[in-house]
Amino acid sequence: MSINPLKIWRNEKSRQIIIQIIVLIIFGWFISWLAGNVSGNFERLGKDLSFEFLFIPAGYDINQYLISYNNRDSHLRAAIVGLLNTGLVAICGIVIATIFGLFLGVLRLSKNWLANRIAYWYVEFTRNVPILLHILLWHGIIINTLPHPKQAIDIFDVSYLTNRGFYIPKPIAESGIGLFYLFTVIAIIFAVLFSRYSKKRQELTGKQFPVFWINLMVIILFPCIALAFNNFPISLSIPELKGFNFRGGLHLSPELIALTFALAIYTAAFIAEIVRAGILAIHKGQREAAESIGLKPDRVMNLVILPQARRVIIPPLTSQYLNLTKNSSLAIAIGYMDLVATLGGISLNQTGREMETMVLVLLIYLCISLSISSLMNWYNYRVKLVDR
Amino acid sequence: MVFDKNNYSPGTHPDLPPPLGTVGVVGWLKNNLFSSLSNSILTLLSLYLLYLLIEGGLSWFVVDAVVNANDKPGCRKIADGACWAVIVKRFDQFIYGFYPLAERWRIDVSFCLLFVAAAPLLYPDIKFRKYMLVFSCIYPFIAFILIKGGLFNLLMIETNLFGGAMLTVIIGVTSIACSLPLGILLALGRQSRLKLVKVISVCFIEFMRGVPLITLLFVASTMLNYFLPPGTNFNLLIRVIIMMTFFSAAYIAEVIRGGIQAIPKGQYEAADAIGLTYWQTTRFITLPQALKISIPGIVNTFIGLYKDTTLVVIIGLLDPLGIGRAALADTKWNGLSTETYLFVAVIFFISCFAMSRYSLWLEKKLSTDHN
Repeated sequence: MSINPLKIWRNEKSRQIIIQIIVLIIFGWFISWLAGNVSGNFERLGKDLSFEFLFIPAGYDINQYLISYNNRDSHLRAAIVGLLNTGLVAICGIVIATIFGLFLGVLRLSKNWLANRIAYWYVEFTRNVPILLHILLWHGIIINTLPHPKQAIDIFDVSYLTNRGFYIPKPIAESGIGLFYLFTVIAIIFAVLFSRYSKKRQELTGKQFPVFWINLMVIILFPCIALAFNNFPISLSIPELKGFNFRGGLHLSPELIALTFALAIYTAAFIAEIVRAGILAIHKGQREAAESIGLKPDRVMNLVILPQARRVIIPPLTSQYLNLTKNSSLAIAIGYMDLVATLGGISLNQTGREMETMVLVLLIYLCISLSISSLMNWYNYRVKLVDR
Repeated sequence: MVFDKNNYSPGTHPDLPPPLGTVGVVGWLKNNLFSSLSNSILTLLSLYLLYLLIEGGLSWFVVDAVVNANDKPGCRKIADGACWAVIVKRFDQFIYGFYPLAERWRIDVSFCLLFVAAAPLLYPDIKFRKYMLVFSCIYPFIAFILIKGGLFNLLMIETNLFGGAMLTVIIGVTSIACSLPLGILLALGRQSRLKLVKVISVCFIEFMRGVPLITLLFVASTMLNYFLPPGTNFNLLIRVIIMMTFFSAAYIAEVIRGGIQAIPKGQYEAADAIGLTYWQTTRFITLPQALKISIPGIVNTFIGLYKDTTLVVIIGLLDPLGIGRAALADTKWNGLSTETYLFVAVIFFISCFAMSRYSLWLEKKLSTDHN
């Protein structure tokens, strides 16, 4: 019995297998070609693939570190310092961008024509200019237009704005602070439990507590009581001008401020549009129905509009957070020592190991992105509308 | 006004004019700016903000600004505001980079031709569209020969002389043109029934979307040579364009996938029922609908790509931002970063804003909804 090749081709199953085999062959050939090139190039240059460089002393300084670091520490530690710096900028940026973006989004929805227009033009101007320009512009403004420490702009004699960065008071914990931390944790746990309880109670009996105000009181009062109990074991280190520069206090470098601020205001413009679109996406009838059963405006917002808008808003919001984190890699343009500037910048140049350092940098970013997006998928799955 | 009931039989009284406070300027102000107490406060705050902006901005931007000077101290001698002289003196560089002076007409010609080539793609109901599309197809070759030279007695120009806005347009337009077809293929691959094709597409897309563009550009500038046969050394500009293309293709693929998924299942079933093959279904059913839905997303990706071209400055290409940084490194103009960066920001704002307006226009035009 002879096999008719045309018949095999016309059968969908076998055709799919044939096509996949062809793709596999081409793809495999391509990968082996790349691998062959890499090994050939490594041989030609007398290099090998090894990650031992991570454990030799880095030999360069980093001007901002969250864990102790000096130039005798290893490249690995330098990379971790860089990663933490990336995290610092990303978290600060995300917090500021969210608050500012929500504010702008609300303004964009406001019926006040003037405020609406101002917010609109702010959003258009900000998001149509590259983020790199924002970063450089703010960095330039801090460095070139703010005064020297001697003529620093003085805010209530405790904070100073200079061209070398901002100096703000720094709280210093003294002995007996443990109680404060303990009470803060207790207050937060109480707030969570209380809001759960009151929600359950409302579902059973229809009675409500002023949850927000009670929780706010508890979260502010509890730690204060703890502080008063131990005679306020906190002191402030206030920056003072000594010689040509400030001593004491907390120093925020121009790079950190410019980067955080630029990332925050750029992302806020996108967040504003996301919030606006999310709230506008809720059908008009929902609001009308809520109003017609006599809900007050804030209840309409909290109970009807926001829970539905949240479903529309959260996914693009998360991807904006991811974008902000990825954009923080532009830090290298102004010399802020983040992951790309340490591992992918100076470490790369000093060790000459382009392949290893770049692969590590790519993998780290990939891990961050993939973990956040899988978290988002899980959330999407949870809040998905249940169709009947 | 006199009201005399007796003169009118019921129903014949002429309409009274609306109350004065609800029409005209006063009515508009009342409705839009002072409708409630909180609204009035918001209006006053906004007015104060505007006042601050105009008061501070105008004097710095215009009144105290200097246009003619030879260096920064020269500017400061005349007035205290912005020193636009740095832009005026280097304006040519901001546009053409270091392209030889005598050959700049070639850039101008290709830039004008770009509009002719793009017109039939951007405006679907232009006259003679078919003939213009032919021109659009050969335009890339014309532009390449014009800009790079080396043929027809045109002087060969090295790519390291490219710079300024011209470089942005070259990188942007080339990457945009190449990434759309690649993005469509990737989107189809991701939706494919062939497991292997799907896995490869997903890996590519997720990798490109998961890492920052700047690391990809570093890969292009430091690592790419390892992956090519020993001894190949190809142009940095081309490497950058390839990376940009891959990067935005991944994003476009996701946008188009959204469009494909939004098509009702009945469309495919209908296509299967009348016996269309996979490629026929794709060509006549899937893509026309999916692309239409995803146009706003595609244009947004393009705007993003266009803005991202500024990153090339970090690996040493001289786009407008790079030219600006070079000017700032000059001791004559040291410290004028605000002026320089604002100028570049305005260039980008104008082009990106125009693109987003175009997207809105196209969206409205293509919309076949009835509301």
